[in-house]
Amino acid sequence: MLLIGAEDEEKWLAEGIAGIQHNAFYLHRALDSNNLRDALKYSAQMLSELRTSKLSPQKYYELYMRAFDELRILEMFFKDESKHGVSVVDLYELVQHAGNILPRLYLLCTVGSVYIKSKEAPAKELLQDLVEMCHGVQHPIRGLFLRSYLAQISRDKLLDIGSDYEGDAETVMDAVEFILENFTEMNKLWVRMQLEGPGRVREKREKERSALQELVGKNLHVLSQIEGVDLEIYKETVLPRVLEQVVNCKDDLSQYYLMDCIIQVFPDEYHLQTLEMLLAAFPQVQPTVDIKTVLSRLMDRLSKYAASSADVLTEFLQVEAFTKLSNAIEKVIEMQVDMPAVGAITLYVSLLTFTLRVHPDRLDYVDQVLGACVKKLSSIPKLEDRWATKQLVALLSAPLEKYNDTVTALTLSNYPRVMDHLDNGTNKVMAMVIIESIMKNNTCISTADKVEVLFELIKGLIKDLDGATDELDEEDFKDEQNSVAKLIHMLYNNEPEEMLKIICIVWKHTMAGGPKRLPFTVPSLVFSALRLVRQMQGQEGDIVGEEVPATPKKIFQLLSQMIEALSAVPSPELALRLYLQCAKAANGCDLEYVAYEFFTQVFVLYEEEIANSKAQVTAIHLIIGALQRMNVFNVENRDTLTHKTTGYSARLLKKPDQCRAVYACSHLFWVDGQDGIRDGERVLLCLKRALRIANAAQQMASIARDSSGPLTLFVEILNKYLYYFEKGNKQITAAVIQHLIELINTEMQSDSATSDAFLASTLRYIQFQKQRGGVMGAKFESIKL
Amino acid sequence: MNFLIGAFKPACNISITFSDGKSRKQVPMKKENGKTIMVSLFQSKESIAGKVSIEPLQGKKIEHLGVKVELLGQIEMYFDRGNFYDFTSLVRELDVPGDIYERKTYPFEFSTVEMPYETYNGANLRLRYVLKVTVSRNYGGSIVEYQDFIVRNYSPPPSINNSIKMEVGIEDCLHIEFEYNKSKYHLKDVIIGKIYFLLVRIKIKNMDLEIRRRESTGSGANTHVETETLAKFELMDGAPVRGESIPIRLFLSPYELTPTYRNINNKFSVKYYLNLVLVDEEDRRYFKQQEIAIYRQQDS
Repeated sequence: MLLIGAEDEEKWLAEGIAGIQHNAFYLHRALDSNNLRDALKYSAQMLSELRTSKLSPQKYYELYMRAFDELRILEMFFKDESKHGVSVVDLYELVQHAGNILPRLYLLCTVGSVYIKSKEAPAKELLQDLVEMCHGVQHPIRGLFLRSYLAQISRDKLLDIGSDYEGDAETVMDAVEFILENFTEMNKLWVRMQLEGPGRVREKREKERSALQELVGKNLHVLSQIEGVDLEIYKETVLPRVLEQVVNCKDDLSQYYLMDCIIQVFPDEYHLQTLEMLLAAFPQVQPTVDIKTVLSRLMDRLSKYAASSADVLTEFLQVEAFTKLSNAIEKVIEMQVDMPAVGAITLYVSLLTFTLRVHPDRLDYVDQVLGACVKKLSSIPKLEDRWATKQLVALLSAPLEKYNDTVTALTLSNYPRVMDHLDNGTNKVMAMVIIESIMKNNTCISTADKVEVLFELIKGLIKDLDGATDELDEEDFKDEQNSVAKLIHMLYNNEPEEMLKIICIVWKHTMAGGPKRLPFTVPSLVFSALRLVRQMQGQEGDIVGEEVPATPKKIFQLLSQMIEALSAVPSPELALRLYLQCAKAANGCDLEYVAYEFFTQVFVLYEEEIANSKAQVTAIHLIIGALQRMNVFNVENRDTLTHKTTGYSARLLKKPDQCRAVYACSHLFWVDGQDGIRDGERVLLCLKRALRIANAAQQMASIARDSSGPLTLFVEILNKYLYYFEKGNKQITAAVIQHLIELINTEMQSDSATSDAFLASTLRYIQFQKQRGGVMGAKFESIKL
Repeated sequence: MNFLIGAFKPACNISITFSDGKSRKQVPMKKENGKTIMVSLFQSKESIAGKVSIEPLQGKKIEHLGVKVELLGQIEMYFDRGNFYDFTSLVRELDVPGDIYERKTYPFEFSTVEMPYETYNGANLRLRYVLKVTVSRNYGGSIVEYQDFIVRNYSPPPSINNSIKMEVGIEDCLHIEFEYNKSKYHLKDVIIGKIYFLLVRIKIKNMDLEIRRRESTGSGANTHVETETLAKFELMDGAPVRGESIPIRLFLSPYELTPTYRNINNKFSVKYYLNLVLVDEEDRRYFKQQEIAIYRQQDS
């Protein structure tokens, strides 16, 4: 049996088909000549081909279908008494004379269906008789097909019986009884296939059985089609009987298929009303049954049903669908000790989806589901299973998606506890999902408590988790940290006090993140704090309370801590920029000494930490830019700072850098606006110094490589001259400019450099100003080109 | 060759007709040569009346020593060929010695004849009823003509007819309980029953119900027993499991059964058995045989 080749099977099938065709030929002849005797003889012979044990279910099905077609013709003949002259009652006996059981029962079913239709005997008795007689075929495949034939041939009659006779509950019950009986027997046979023959390949057999599942399920399908089967009959008879069979057969394939079948073929309304009964069956099935899929489908169907109309929602409440489902799941998990974590989690995901769809307003349900999940998870160590993790992510993502509002998730007390069970990598992924959700929905997290919870949730991103030694992808890490930085901007409260709290909390958490994360998170936090400062600055009048916890001073203290932490990372350049930002803010708040302190920090950083010459150049320019705008300093302090700055500028490594920094410093002495500084002399001093440096640079260049690179520096300085000239710096006269232009021209000639575009446009500008006339034109008039 | 045939032809044609021959039920009877003819059906204590007509061949006369008609009930053993046991023999003298010139008809009647046994055609014997007309002659031998008829006797339904119920089995291997609804069946009856599997540890392939006829002839050392399987009716296909109950419904009408005969004239008995046979996958047969009584019931 084991080594049946496919070829042999084909051969046997061909032989079987040939046998059927051969006998069908004589059968047709007998039918044409109205010869009942021969018709019975040849049909029995034809049906004997179905007695084979050699074919797989698929091949047997082919054979069966051939015979089936012939039997339909025979049935037509039986129906017409005028052709054979034998009453259907006698016919019913006559076919039972056949010696072989299988042909006998096929014929009996065929006549039986005619008999029922004739209504000469109560359908109930006939149906009972047929279903009873079919017990004779105990061979699983042959029995299944025989009973399937019975179901098939009686189907339209059953639908008649079950639906035509309105109000006659008894006839409906007859039909139902019959189908249930047939169903039960078919299922038994189907289950028995599993036990057939010793040691046959299990997988193969299961495959074969799966091929036959629809024969069994067909019965349920017919039941669902009978109009007379109303909720009451379904509840009182159909479901209990079917479930009894499902539970008792103790076969996982059958249990899985049939439970699914019940859920799929009967209306949702019935499921809802019989939920308790249906669910009670779940914990009783074999531990190997994939209950989660079935239950998930049930919940899926129910939630779709709930969504179909508002009216049904009240039904859901009436039957307490959620509680029942929840209890059922708990029981299933309890019973099936060996169910892998993924199974349990999948169930919770389905339940959660159900809850979110059916009771979107019941957050406590959601929390309850999560709580149950935590309970289950706490019995196992960290999840290693990839699928389980995936399901857990789905579980956690569902509420986020549903509520479009991450704040909701923050109120779920069990949410973070579920997250704790994720492995580190997934925890991060989940944290990212949360952040993305917040970003997508533009949700503002506005209370310190929520922020606390949120940071607890995303702690995978905030700090190194225990035992996280896995290799980090640099890109991923950056992405994650950038997301956190983005998130920080979403934490906002209009109340300064609360906002300060938020900032403190965030700082507390980010500080724990270690040097790797700070460069990403601190800037966001700093700017967030600065925003608060500016806000308070706007409403300064309001904060005159006695014990105001949130004062700019306090914030600046905090800021200074933050940046200090950053410089310790070390990330001096970033720290420097942030210090400057803070200084600016302090400037806005009129806190001179605070601003001064920040500048001090800047210079300390510059001196001690920034060694790279390029970085120094950038830093100097930043400092100059920031310092220029400060107006809070008194003369002395400002002098100290500007002096320091010009000093650093002149001590840069490269001459061009020196030159540029120095001429930029000139701006420190010339600030527009009211009570601006207009120290023309020192401006000129700076520019002259720049010019000297440019000269030196040019000389160095020509010695070194016989070219005239630094000509641009002169043009740049010329532009500065022109700027101050226009601004009305008395020290910058037309003569000085004239002198510089000439100097440039000489340099040009000696250098035979190609015409410089920058210079050309600068000169064109002067020309333009001259021609413009007016005050400015008159001023420029004296410059000769 | 007509003359040749004529030479061996009997000197007269004898025909035997029953007075109610037209209305009486005719049933088929198989003759020795295998042909089936229709003959009249009687039962015990009926009067058998009719006419015998003797018609000499054209222009011939028959000299005879007397004409008689006999009603014979005979048991014929095939293994003891030629040996008839007449258990019934009735004679009516129809004519005194004389000559017959032309067709002559004699009415006869055997009134309320006791015919306790039924006509039977078995494997080793037959029981027949026959009317024998003998025209005795001095020379040329007597002229004899036979007319078979069939006797069937009807029984009333038995007053006690218990079901047959039994539990049988092989220890730790197979335990079944079977039930036939009656122990006595009439010829057109249906055997209804069921087989209940209490324990199944062997792989059963199928299960049949057989009807077996056991015909025993002779007695003592000369007993001949012949068993025939008249019906082989498949009850079950495939291997049942414990707790399975298989229905039996066997119509007896398609089979050529006779009633049960017990010790007919001390010569033979015919008994019927139901044999339940289970065949396992190694083609081993497990069976249990139960006698059933069969009787003939008057058609309603």
